[in-house]
Order: sequence, then C-alpha cells, then structure tokens
Amino acid sequence: MVLIQQIVNGVMLGASYSLIAIGYTLVFGVLHLVHLAHGEVFMIGAFIGLQVVLLTGGGVTAAISAAAASAALVGVLVYLVAIKPIRARKGHFLAPMISTIGAGLVLQELATRFFGGEQVGFPVQMDSHIWHLGGVTLTSVQLVILAVSLGLMLALHLFVTLTRVGMAMRATAESMVISNTLGIRSERIIILTFAIASGLAGVAGVLVGMSFNSISPYMGVDMGIKGLAAMLLGGLGNVYGAMLGGLVIGIVEVISVAYLASSYRDAFAFFVIIAVLLFRPRGIFGSTDHVEA
Amino acid sequence: MLDPYTESVLIFTGINIVVALGLYLPVSAGLLSLGQGGFMAIGAYTAAYLTTELQWPFVVALLCGGVMAGLVGFVVGLPSLRIKGIYLVIMTMGFGEIVRVFFLNFEPTGAASGLGGITTHTTLPVVATAVALTLLLCFQIRGSRIGRAIEAVREDELAAEVIGINLTYVKVAVFGLGAAIAGIGGGLYAHYATFIDPAQFGFQRSAEIFIMVVLGGMGNYAGAAIGAVVVTVLPEVLRLGHAQEWRMTVFGALLVAIMIVRPWGLLGVRR
Amino acid sequence: MSASETPLLEARNLTRRFGGYAAVSEMNLTVRRGTIHALIGPNGAGKTTMFNLVTGVLPPTEGQILIDGVDITGSRPDRIARLGVVRTFQGVRLFPTMTALENVEVGRFCRTRGGFLAALARIPGRATGTEAATRLRAEELLERVGLKDRGQMLASELALADQRRLEIARALAADPKLLLLDEPVAGMNPVEVHEAGELFRSLCREGTTILITEHHMSLVMAISDLITVMNYGRRIAEGTPDQVKRDPDVLTAYLGTEAAA
Repeated sequence: MVLIQQIVNGVMLGASYSLIAIGYTLVFGVLHLVHLAHGEVFMIGAFIGLQVVLLTGGGVTAAISAAAASAALVGVLVYLVAIKPIRARKGHFLAPMISTIGAGLVLQELATRFFGGEQVGFPVQMDSHIWHLGGVTLTSVQLVILAVSLGLMLALHLFVTLTRVGMAMRATAESMVISNTLGIRSERIIILTFAIASGLAGVAGVLVGMSFNSISPYMGVDMGIKGLAAMLLGGLGNVYGAMLGGLVIGIVEVISVAYLASSYRDAFAFFVIIAVLLFRPRGIFGSTDHVEA
Repeated sequence: MLDPYTESVLIFTGINIVVALGLYLPVSAGLLSLGQGGFMAIGAYTAAYLTTELQWPFVVALLCGGVMAGLVGFVVGLPSLRIKGIYLVIMTMGFGEIVRVFFLNFEPTGAASGLGGITTHTTLPVVATAVALTLLLCFQIRGSRIGRAIEAVREDELAAEVIGINLTYVKVAVFGLGAAIAGIGGGLYAHYATFIDPAQFGFQRSAEIFIMVVLGGMGNYAGAAIGAVVVTVLPEVLRLGHAQEWRMTVFGALLVAIMIVRPWGLLGVRR
Repeated sequence: MSASETPLLEARNLTRRFGGYAAVSEMNLTVRRGTIHALIGPNGAGKTTMFNLVTGVLPPTEGQILIDGVDITGSRPDRIARLGVVRTFQGVRLFPTMTALENVEVGRFCRTRGGFLAALARIPGRATGTEAATRLRAEELLERVGLKDRGQMLASELALADQRRLEIARALAADPKLLLLDEPVAGMNPVEVHEAGELFRSLCREGTTILITEHHMSLVMAISDLITVMNYGRRIAEGTPDQVKRDPDVLTAYLGTEAAA
C-alpha cells in the first residue's frame, strides 16, 4: 500500500487514541493522577453504545451520545468512589493510582458479567460509501471517525480557551490551591474534568467499535496502554500533546504492521513508552509535571 | 496425606508467596514494579525449556531461570535510577507487556501455542523449601547493613546518598534480585501447571502480584507473604460460596477499600 | 600554617547558575584541617548552594572542588561521603520510619562492608562481627549527642532539637574528616544552642573539621576559628570573628548602608 494511505489509516486509528489520551491527560493535569481505570471507562462506553444500537436500532449518533453520557457517568462515579476518598487521606503517594487499578478490575469484570466475556460484533447502521481522493481510499466509517474526533478536539479546545468554565479548568490544572483562593470550586471542576475525559473515552469506544467491527471487555487494557503511551509522548498534562501523541502512535502502529511483523503491533506502544521515559520523560511537547525527582 | 485439592491450593499459595516476596524487594527500596509477570515468564520459560528440551535436572533449570530473570532485572533496574514514582510503574508495565509479546512470537518455546508437557517436578516439599529459603533471605536482609541501606533509599534518596550509599548499587541490586526470585517462582509454576503460554504472564498476572504486596503491607516482607496467602485463598473461599467468577471484582473492590482505609496495607508501614 | 599542609576543602572559582541567575559566583573557599569554619550571610546569599556544590548534590557550572587535594568536581554525593565529607540538612532529613539507632547504624554504611551475600551468611537473629561493631558505635554516638535513651524511638517521633542531634550522630557515624552543618541550631533554645556549641568544639578537638552555616550570630562568633561572609553568591569578607564583626561590608550586607556609617 502507498505510504500516504498508511498515514491516513494511521491518523484514523490515532484519532481514537487521541481521544483516550486526552482523557488521561485531563485527569492528570487536574489531579496529578494516572487514571488506570480510564481504559475500562472507554470499554464501557463502547458496550453501552452497542446496547443502545441493538435495543433502539438507532444509528451512529445514538450510539455516540449514549456512549458519551454513560461513560461520563461511570467516570464520575469512579472518581467519587475510588479516588476522592483517598485524596483526603495522607497515604502512600501512589494510593490513588493503585485504587484506580482496583476500580478498573471491577469495571472489567462487571462488563464481562453483563455483556459476556467474548468479543461481540459492532453493527454499524449507516450507508457505506468509499471515496477515492488522489490515490487515497477512505470509507465512510473512517470519515465519520475522523470528523467526530476532530470535531470533539476542536470543541474541547474552544471550550477551555473561550468559556469561563473551561478557563477555570485550566486554572485548576495549573494550581488547585491558587484557583481555590480565586473562588473556583475545585471539586466541581474535578467532576467536570472526569465527565469530559470519560465522555470522550466513551465516544472513542464507539468509534473503535465501528472501526474494527467488534468490541470485547478486554479492549480497555489494550487501548488503555496505548492511550497512556500517547499521553506520555505528548507530555503529561498537555492536552494538545495528547492529541498529537495519539496520532503519532496510530501512524507508527499502522506503518509498523505494514512493514514489520504484525504480531509486534501491540508492543510498539510499549516501546514508545519506554523510549519516551528513557530519553524524553517530559514528552515531545513538554509536561506540566516535574518529571525528574 | 493431603487430598489433591488442598495440596494444589497450598502449592499455589507457596508459589505466590515466593513471587510476592520477589516484588517486595524492589518495593522495599521504593521501586514499584508492575512488570513482575514478565520476570516470572522469563524464569518459567527458561526452566521449562531446559527440562523438557534439554533434559536438565530440575533444580539447575530452576536456578537458571532465576539467573536469566535476574540478569534482565538488572538491565531493567538501570533506568530506575532516573525514572521514578509513577513513571517507573508505567515503564515496568510496558516491560511486562514487551516480554509477553516477545514470547508470543518466540518459536523455540512455542510462541502463541505455549510450551506443554512439562514434568511435575514442583511438589509440596519443593515449594515449602522455596518459601522457607525466600523468607529467610528477606529476614536476613532486613536486619543487615544492606537492609538498612535499602530502607534508607526508600525513605529519602538524597539523605541516603550524602551518607555514602550508592543508589545505583542498591536499586539495581534489589531489582535484579527481585526479578530472580520472581523467575524462580515462574519456574516452580511452570513445573506444576505443566503447560505455560504467554497469556498467563501478562498484565493481569503482574497486577495480581502487585495486589498481593499492596494488600499485605508494603513495609514488611511478612505483609507480602500474607497478601499472597489472601490473594490465593480468597478465590477458593469464593468458590465455596459459588462466587468464583467474582474473583477479580472482589480483588478490585478490596484494592480500592484498602487504599481508602489502610493505604499502607494490612500490616501497615512499619514492622 | 605550614605551606605543605593541604587544605581539607578547597573551592576554586566556584560558580553555579540556574538559568540566568548565579546563586554562587566565583567563590573561593579554603577550609583548613582542625578548624571550625563558619559560612555566613543574609538569606539567599548562596550558603546552602555552596553546601550542595561541595557535597555533590549539585554540579557546579564552573570551578573546581578539591578535598584533601583530590579533585571531586562533578562527583556524586556518595563518593564524596566516602572521601570523608558528610553533611546535615537545614530541614532535617532523617529516615522517618526507622528508629534513631537504625538511622545512626545506616550512617556507618560507607565505613563497613558486606552486601547481600554477607547478609545471608549472618547467624539469623544475632548480631555478630561488623553488625555488632556497628551497633556499638551507633549507641556510642547516640550517647555522645545526648540521645542515649531514645535509640528505639522512631526518628519521626523525636522533638526537633533531638532530630537535629540525631542527624549529627548519623553524619558522625560515617567517620567524616569534614562535617558540614547546615543551620544546626535553628529552632533550639539557648541552653540547647550552648550544648550544641560545646559538642561542635569537642568534635573539632577530636579531629573533625567543621564547616557550619548559621544565622545564630553569638554561636558563630563564639566557636568559629574563621568566618567567610557571603552575599549575592560571592565572598565579601573573611577573617576571625573579631575582624568580621567590624568589617563594614559585612555590616552593610546585614543591616543596610546606614549601619556601616
């Protein structure tokens, strides 16, 4: 396949990674926490979206909306139950993260109970067209994925730069203490952040389902790690870095499958993680965190 | 004589104690690893390959598995000098997955189909000996010069350095030794399960080992052992209540609860 | 002073920049064996940065550091400790979940040997050989600094003054040639300050050279053989306590221009 086609495919794939990575990085920015249940939130969004489609026969819009809403709900729930109670106490500095590992396990098994442990097909109710643009082939599914992802990223950008609430989010991410003194209710901002982060992940779940035509309760682990790698690549806490990081990982993955053995495909994200940590821990675009102790 | 079921539970408990103690070592220096599954895999595959393909004696193969895992552990431990805290956790996660993908593609040990026909060399006396030796090792380290140095590194790296402790030595040593112990645990596991494949040593395994140490108490090796017992026995208890499919849910919920109530684990931060 | 005697510590043209800001600038410092040398100056003068440079916590941007004639510029702190230079910290840095005794015992690390194999070879539960010697020395040092009965207390449970003493004991456990004390009496009452001063004097008499930075002027004046005054990262004066007391530059630095007039 032509290289440009690979890159396009990679961007399509990477767009979903970006949505997940944005979620990770938003949470990290505001709480300095690596939210290891985020991948499971993504997975739950995918399944709920599927259920809605199956039950109502609705189309892509219905699936995406349901996924976003339910994922946001689950995400906020995870925060309230597994993260908030811990932050109040002075424990091991990694206690919140460890707790999210636990929350992720619970979510994963609950999903297995309710939706079965197998991969299930993801029917896409939409007209299938194929476009050819200057040597590149695009399916309508891919276009939808691209449009939705880019649209959401743009919306997020506008939100955090133009709206009051969005700016409050940025302020809280910079310094919770200072924003508190400015009257910003950090608790609400945190919940909003989780809602947005999780909602985006839920949408990504539906997009990935459409893209691969199947979802499984274990996809959260896999995508979770890739989203994590994208976040690291872009710099912890850096939303725009996460967007680009996701695209880069998607492109690298597609190209590596094309030119190297496909069974190493999943390992690429891990190599990226390790390479970033070793050589540029601040990420390519800079992190909001003090990486070196 | 014990019935097969009880014996099986005891053997798995023993193996898990060994592996948990393997994670305890780096944790006691403040290095959290979510990649012990990878070291287990290296030890398991090495030992199993040596006994099944080359007919080496069990104990030698077991030790070789430990050595292989330990060597890789030294290498993985080197970045731990610069990569700390959450980044180290992520890095070890990545490492564990890389090992899994490696064995998924490594033909000589069966790649995705795994390695089978392993002789059941692991018996209860063998496991009991391994547990006793590992516990003894931890006990000996704790009251010794090197044990104090390890604690000092965990408490305050800078202060440890200015009184003359070489961080490189300590960190790489505990990582390597911990990896070697995990490798031996892997070898024991392989020679009881008789069949191993990469899926058995993935992130879920690393998370399980991690949970054992976190649950029992990160400040004390006895805590890691207790955590291992709880994690092994709990599913069996659930089995009695016909709730074994909820194993992971219970673990997950336990993990969350412990972090809320007793973040340093059941045994707490001090001895 | 015989010309052949090498200074214990020599900093030559030492500079440390953080971005555009020079915390220490072309500093020259010479500490002679068997003396108590004080490094004083207003807040932000660069005293703690000097400590960090000399102990290898920070690498210098320019300049050299020699200990007993050996160039240690750029060495890591543990190597410098092994060469006999140990420090305490302004905000005490003990090992909180270890007992006072264990804190001092671990201070002996660089003066003892024995790694994992040695740990395995011990008789379980009994302290013999080097272990016993380490414990004995630790107990001696605890008594020396006045913490005799508090060996089993956790470091975090001690009062601040006791914590400072413990940190000194831990530093002494490494048999230092040069002991760097970073504001060791901050937060102590006058009795404790006096006791500390006596301790420092007796340590010096027994052969440990001391470089101390402090804001407590009467202590500095009482025990120092030589005082170096810093301001804005540079040396502005040096001499005996009497000389420094009268130096107009010093007065200006501390009190402003009118005081010097």
